[in-house]
Amino acid sequence: MKTLISAALLAVAALPAAAVAGTTLDAVKQKGYLQCGVNLGLYGFSAPDEKGKWSGLDVDVCRAVAAAVFGDAEKVKYTPLSAQQRLPALQSGEIDLLARNTTRTLSRDTANGLNFAPINFYDGQAFMVSAKLGLKSAKELNGATICVLPGTTTEQNVADYFRANKMQFKPVVIEKNEEMHKAFFSGRCDAISSDSSQLAGIRAAEAPNPADYVILPEQVSKEPLAPAVRQGDEEWTNLITWTVYAMIQAEELGLNSGNIDAAAASPNPDVKRFVGATPGNGKALGVEENWAFNIVKQVGNYGESFERNVGAQSKLKLARGVNGLHTAGGLMYSPPLK
Amino acid sequence: MSKQPPSPQLFASAAAFEEEPSQAAIPAAFGRNSWKSLGWAKKNLFNTRLNTVLTLACLYFLWRTIPPMVEWALVNATWLGTPDECRAATGACWAIIVEKHRLIFFGTYPYEQQWRPFAACLLFVAMLAASGYRPFWRPWLAAAWVATLTAMGVLMWGGVFGLTLVENDKWGGLPITLMLSVFSIVLAFPLAILLALGRQSDLPAVKALCVGFIELMRGVPLVSVLFMASVMFPLFMPDGVVVDKLLRALAGLTLFTAAYLAEAVRGGLQAVPKGQYEAADALCLTYWQKMGLIILPQALRMVIPPIVNQFISCFKDTSLVTIVGLYDLLTAATVATTDPEWRPFFGEVYVFAGLLFWGFCYSMSRYSQWLEVALNRHNRR
Repeated sequence: MKTLISAALLAVAALPAAAVAGTTLDAVKQKGYLQCGVNLGLYGFSAPDEKGKWSGLDVDVCRAVAAAVFGDAEKVKYTPLSAQQRLPALQSGEIDLLARNTTRTLSRDTANGLNFAPINFYDGQAFMVSAKLGLKSAKELNGATICVLPGTTTEQNVADYFRANKMQFKPVVIEKNEEMHKAFFSGRCDAISSDSSQLAGIRAAEAPNPADYVILPEQVSKEPLAPAVRQGDEEWTNLITWTVYAMIQAEELGLNSGNIDAAAASPNPDVKRFVGATPGNGKALGVEENWAFNIVKQVGNYGESFERNVGAQSKLKLARGVNGLHTAGGLMYSPPLK
Repeated sequence: MSKQPPSPQLFASAAAFEEEPSQAAIPAAFGRNSWKSLGWAKKNLFNTRLNTVLTLACLYFLWRTIPPMVEWALVNATWLGTPDECRAATGACWAIIVEKHRLIFFGTYPYEQQWRPFAACLLFVAMLAASGYRPFWRPWLAAAWVATLTAMGVLMWGGVFGLTLVENDKWGGLPITLMLSVFSIVLAFPLAILLALGRQSDLPAVKALCVGFIELMRGVPLVSVLFMASVMFPLFMPDGVVVDKLLRALAGLTLFTAAYLAEAVRGGLQAVPKGQYEAADALCLTYWQKMGLIILPQALRMVIPPIVNQFISCFKDTSLVTIVGLYDLLTAATVATTDPEWRPFFGEVYVFAGLLFWGFCYSMSRYSQWLEVALNRHNRR
């Protein structure tokens, strides 16, 4: 009996042994799907929903790349990764693309042998306050009591920010995260500080009425999250880079999943290049000419993805803020696709 | 308290009462029983001052903990409803289990196809239960297992008989936990016997190899074994050779469990009286005949408790595979709590997952007790 079971398991062993021939793009095309490393479960970025289907801002990057390569956003296999596992998984070739809320830093770019695609979410430490205070900016927080965890970089960043802006604050030191949240929502302090994506999660999960709280737009630390690939494959890096840019560019051009079909006949030269009516972009990247059309058609532009996963249509209700287009005062800017 | 075994005196007095049939049967028996338990309580719980204090302290503790727990878990609980209804209620929010049970049980398996892992799990558990029944220990059971495993494979993977193909990167939840634990136990067991025999071998190379392996595996935590298997191992492989992640975790778990099991088996081997070894040698049995027919049957019977201990710990250890990114039951449960609307009720999800684990482990432990009695019956005098 045991030998039979082990024989059955050996059959399992023989399954996926795809040979990497040449570049990542060729290998991905050959195996017919994109292997994408994602978070085990981080709401809004990558998590399976009730039906076990992956969704999120990072998952949309995976889907967009699949749409660009195969014309089918569903041709993705997800590898959920723990924080320690993510870089080795990319280096060993287990995954083709890492879209797992990874902060772009100099050391990761160099010593860890990664190439980062453009930033798809500007995270950073921000402040959340009660809407009743009517504050519009963190610069108005002078004299506020702020709940902080002792001895964290969060506390340090808050102190630095107030000192730099010649403001005072009264720290309320609380040892535990949950207790800090409770203290804030019960009104013991005016503000709490954490990464804005986390503040949105805390607000949605624990606020008696989430609409009563606002996250102020200033970010006092930098946590730019970007997809990453292995160093040394420029063709593949280019494709991921321009996939992220294409989603931003689509929003700037006013193209979305609803109107992209009609836009295919547009006389606007930028749009014609974008949808592939004027050829060139696809050939340069090594994919079909309608690659960007497919991304927008199947995944949507950056704004759609943002609103659906972390913005107004999601439970997190994050404002666009720094993640808005450069035309709206944000940081999202795509170089021209030509 | 009522479940405590009655003292011998009680048996004696019960026997004495039964010899007096003249008394009115039911009400008197009732009265007698309550007097008996009062007597028992006085004898065992209130016999000294210290015991009285301890008994009262325990009763107070139970009175302070049990009613609030029942109130939280049952009386004030929300069984169905929205997160807002849960927030309004004071008790447990079991609605999150109702809402997320498919995700907890089956992870990222395609929703419309989730009857397949469900059927596979049912089949698997039924087969495990059947294999525990001794009259079924016949050659046809092996054939039944082959059929079951084939059916499970077909159900889980599909790709034939009109079932869509679902590759194992989408598997998750209960099937992963069950398969990882059962396969690693079943594979580890023969390996453990070989290791234990090897450790006692007269051949120095075999002995050194077995001792080295066992001590190495016992010297490192399971987390690092899993980490080596899932993170470091692919770095050593040639480019493009990818061994399935599930399989790597299974191999890590199996090797780890085998090392511990081997030590349990060695305990049994050493407990078999030397005369048994000598008698087997005197009969001119070969090494494998001696071990297979004389020594191992006795040795393994003696070490059922530690072996089952290891099985139970292996079952629980499967929850560590979350660090290598596998969607076992506990990971799926954790992910179910990341939805911000439901996040305040993470406690209920963990209670639920804990109950599931407890159910499986407790059944294993009960079965082992029964098996121990059944297999050692002839040793009783």
